[in-house]
Amino acid sequence: MHPWVGAGLEDRLHILSELGLKSIDELFASIPEAVCIDGLDLPPARDEDWIRRALGDMASANVSMDSIPCFLGAGVYRHVRPSIVDAVLSRAEFFTSYTPYQPEISQGTLQVIFEFQTLISRLTGLDVANASLYDGATALVEAVLFSHRVLHGKRDLAVVAETVHPMYRRVLDTYTEAAGIEVVVVPPGTNGRLDPNIVREAAGDQACCVAVQSPNFLGIVEDLPQLAAAAHDSGALAVEVVTEAVSLGLLTGGGSFGFDVVCGEAQSFGVAPGFGGPHLGFFACAPKHLRQMPGRLAGETVDEDGTRAFCLTLSTREQHIRRAKATSNICTNQGLMALAATVWLEAMGGSGLRELATSCFARTEELKRRITAVGDSWRIAYPQSPTFNEFLLIGPASGTELVEQLASDGVLAGVPTTDWGGAWPDGLLVAVTECNSARDLDAFVAALENLS
Amino acid sequence: MKRRAIRSEPLFFERNPRRVRRQGYLLPALDVPEVEPSEVLPPELVREPDPHFPDISEMEVVQHFHRLSQLNYAVDEGLYPLGSCTMKYNPRINEETARLPGFASLHPLQPQAQIQGALRLIWELEESLKTITGMPGATLQPAAGAHGEFTGILMIRKALATRGEKRDVVLAPDSAHGTNPATATFAGYRAQEIPSAEDGTVDLGALDRMMDETVAALMLTVPNTLGLFEHQILEIADLVHSRGGFIYMDGANLNSFVGRALPGLMGADAMHINLHKTFSTPHGGGGPGAGPVTVSEALLPHLPVPKVIRGNDGFELQWNDPASIGQMRGFYGNFLILVRALTYIWSLGAEGLRSTSDVAVLYANLVRHRLKGAYHLKFDAPSLHEVVFDDSIQTRYEVRNVDIAKRLLDYGFHPPTMSFPLVVHGALMIEPAESVAPEEVEAFCDAMLAIAKEAETDPGLVRSAPHDTPVGRVDEVRAARNLKVTWTPEDEGA
Repeated sequence: MHPWVGAGLEDRLHILSELGLKSIDELFASIPEAVCIDGLDLPPARDEDWIRRALGDMASANVSMDSIPCFLGAGVYRHVRPSIVDAVLSRAEFFTSYTPYQPEISQGTLQVIFEFQTLISRLTGLDVANASLYDGATALVEAVLFSHRVLHGKRDLAVVAETVHPMYRRVLDTYTEAAGIEVVVVPPGTNGRLDPNIVREAAGDQACCVAVQSPNFLGIVEDLPQLAAAAHDSGALAVEVVTEAVSLGLLTGGGSFGFDVVCGEAQSFGVAPGFGGPHLGFFACAPKHLRQMPGRLAGETVDEDGTRAFCLTLSTREQHIRRAKATSNICTNQGLMALAATVWLEAMGGSGLRELATSCFARTEELKRRITAVGDSWRIAYPQSPTFNEFLLIGPASGTELVEQLASDGVLAGVPTTDWGGAWPDGLLVAVTECNSARDLDAFVAALENLS
Repeated sequence: MKRRAIRSEPLFFERNPRRVRRQGYLLPALDVPEVEPSEVLPPELVREPDPHFPDISEMEVVQHFHRLSQLNYAVDEGLYPLGSCTMKYNPRINEETARLPGFASLHPLQPQAQIQGALRLIWELEESLKTITGMPGATLQPAAGAHGEFTGILMIRKALATRGEKRDVVLAPDSAHGTNPATATFAGYRAQEIPSAEDGTVDLGALDRMMDETVAALMLTVPNTLGLFEHQILEIADLVHSRGGFIYMDGANLNSFVGRALPGLMGADAMHINLHKTFSTPHGGGGPGAGPVTVSEALLPHLPVPKVIRGNDGFELQWNDPASIGQMRGFYGNFLILVRALTYIWSLGAEGLRSTSDVAVLYANLVRHRLKGAYHLKFDAPSLHEVVFDDSIQTRYEVRNVDIAKRLLDYGFHPPTMSFPLVVHGALMIEPAESVAPEEVEAFCDAMLAIAKEAETDPGLVRSAPHDTPVGRVDEVRAARNLKVTWTPEDEGA
C-alpha cells in the first residue's frame, strides 16, 4: 500500500465484492494478453527522507545561480522573487485546480487570468492578450502562424530578424517546415541594429510578417517605429518578440508603435529560471484579430443575478470545439506561471516595475562604463547602440573559453555566443539585473582584470 | 461548496483609486550611480508612466489572492472527477523537490559542468518512462500533451520523408481528443475521422477501407476516451504498419494500465505522456504540464534536439543531429515539472505505480456499478479508469448534462467532463482517479443518484442550479457576444 492510493487492501476487496468480482485482474480482461506484463522493472517504493536525499544530491550536483555573482541572461533572467509569489502559488486552491471549465467554482483562477491579460495588454500596448502559451519560442511560432492566418494563407514568407533569439528561430524552423512557410532571416547592421530599409526589401510583397526582437539578442534596443512602418509598407504584420519582459517596465511596448503582435517570454515576472522551464509565453494582438488568436482567453460577463463574473470565452477557436480547424492545438497552457506573473507584477506595482527596470538599466550602464576602463583586451561589441540590461562583450578568447576561465574566478560572466552562429562576434552576452549588487560588478571587473 | 460571506473581489486595477504611491515590495537599494534613461536611450522608446497600473501594499496583494483563491474548487477540496484529465492528488514532496535551489535557480545556459545534476535527472526520467512504456527512446521536451502530439507527428513525418514518401492524411477515431485532429492540421496533414464500431472501439473494417498509401499515421488513444481498451489493438497496429503507416498513441489515459501492459508491445511508434495526468504533477489552474514522448526503434533517429547523452565524463547535451526533427521549444522542457514526476515515480516504485492504476480502474468501475440504471450508459462494454454516461434519461424531464453538472456544485463536487467524447450525446465523463478514499467516491455517487431523483421530482431545482456557489450560473453566451477580455480605464466610471 502507498499513501497516495486512497483505498487500502481491504477496501479494494470490499469494492470487488460489491462489483461481484474476485480479483482486480478481472477488470483488465479487455487488454490482450500479448501486451501485458507482470510488473515493472523499477525500484521499490521510497520514503520521503530517501527521496529528499536522492533529489537533494542531484540538485547539489548543480551550481545554483544564486550562489555566485551571475550575469547570465539570453532569454532567462534572475530577478527578485518576492516570497509572496511562492506563497500564493503554493495555495492548493490555485495549484491543484484545473482549467476553469466550470466558472461558478473557478472565479479565482478566471479573475487572475483576466488581470494577467490586462497587465500584458497594458505593457505591450495592445488591447487584447491571451491566458498564456508554453514559452517565448513557441509564442513566436504562434505569432508567425497567426500572421499567416490573418493574411488568409496567401503570403508564405516570414521575415525574421537574425537578432531574434537563435533558439527561438530554431524552434520556428521546426514548425514552419511543416506549415509550408519559408523563413527569411535578416541580419543586423554593423551597429547590431536592424536597418528598416533592408527589412522592407526582404519582405517584398510576399511576407506575412516581420518579426523583430527588442531588446534584441545582443541586448540592443531596436527602432520599433521604423520597423513597424517597414513591415506595414510591405503589407506584412509587424511582430515584436520580447525575451526580457522587465524591459517593458522602461521601454514602450510595440503596440504603441503599430505592432500587430507583441509576444514573448515573461519568465522575468516572478518565474524561477528552473533550468529553462516551466516559463511563460505571452501573446497580445489588436482586437480586430482576436478570432485568430491562439490559446485560452478569459472574458468578463455576469451571472444570473447580474453580478460581474468571468469565464473562458471564444472557445470556438480552440481544439476541443473546432478540432481540425482550430487556431492552435494548444490545450494545457502555463496557467500557474501566469498566476506567478500576476502576483509579481501586482506586488511590484506600476511605479515599482519602472524602478526595477531603471535599476537594471543603471547597473548595466555602470558595468559597461567600468569595463571600458579595464583595458584593450576587453571591449563592448556595439558601444554606440542603446541597450537595456544586456550587451555583447568581446574578450581575449572565445566566449566559451571566457566563461570557463571567469567561472574559475567565481563569476558566471555571461552566455557565450560561440555556438549560436549569427552575424556578430564571438563573445559573451552579459546581463545585469537589480540582483547584481555593486559588489557583483566589482567581482566581474576584477575577474576581467585577472584575465587581461 | 457552501456560499460563504465573500465580498466580490475588486480587480487589481480598481484598487488604490486615488492612485497614491504605495509600496508592494522593497527592491535592492540602488548602489550604483543613477542614470536618466532618456539621456541614453532614444527618448521616443522610453515608456510614459501608466496611471492605471496601481501600486498597492504587500498585504493588499496577499489578501487579494487569498480572497480569489477562496472562489476556486480544487483537488484538495474534494473529488474532481474530470474524465480524461486525471485529477489525482498532487503530493507535497513534489513541490518541495521542485523548489530545491539547485533546480529552481539553475540557468539553462550554464556551463555543462555546473548542470550535471539536472542532466542526470532528465536522463533518469527518460529511462523510467522508457521502462514504463516498453519503448526504446524518449524526449522530455514537449510542454504539454498537445505539444507532445505535435512532436510525435513531426517525427513520423520525418521518418516518411526519409523513406522518400509523402503521405498527407492522419486518421483518428471520432472519439478522439480535439487536440488530435488539430495537431494533424498543425503538422500539415489532413485529419480524417474513423467511425467507432457498435462497442465504441475502432471499427476495424472502416480502418481497413481508409488505411491506404496516403495515410501517414493513425492517432489512437488507449484506452479510448470512453475508457474502453482497444481490444483489437494488435490487429489495428498490424494493419497500419503493413501499409506503411505509423501508430501515434495518445497517452492521456496511460494512468489506467501502468505496470499492467506496455504500449511498446501494442505497436506504438510514438506516444506522449501527460505528466500532469499519470504522474501527479499539478494542473495549476490550466498548466504548466509536460508531454514527454516515447518512441519506437523506427523513430529513434528523429527525436528532437538537444538530447541528453550519458558519456564517460558525465552527461552532455547533444545539439547536432541532422536526422532530428529539430528543437520543439526553448531549452529542454518544463524541467521543474520533470523533477516532480521523477519524485512521484521514485516514491511509488514499481508496485506503487501499478496500484495507482488498479485503484483508478476499481473506482471507475464502482461509479459505473452505482450509477448504472440511474444514468444511461451508451457503451456498456467493460471500461477501465473512466466511464461515460449520458443525460438521455434526464432529458425526458428537460434536464441536460450541464444542469446535472451545475447541481453537483451544490453538493460540493466538481462535475465530470461535459459533452465529450462527441460520440456520446450529452456525455458525462467520469474519472475518479485513485487518490481519494472510497467514501469520497461513494459520496459522489450518492450525490449523482440524488440529482437523478431530483431531475424526476423537481427538475426546476436542477435546471436552476447552482444555488450555493460564490456566483450563480455564469452567462457564457454573453461573454462571447460582448467580448471583454481586459479591463480598460473607461471602466472606471462605470
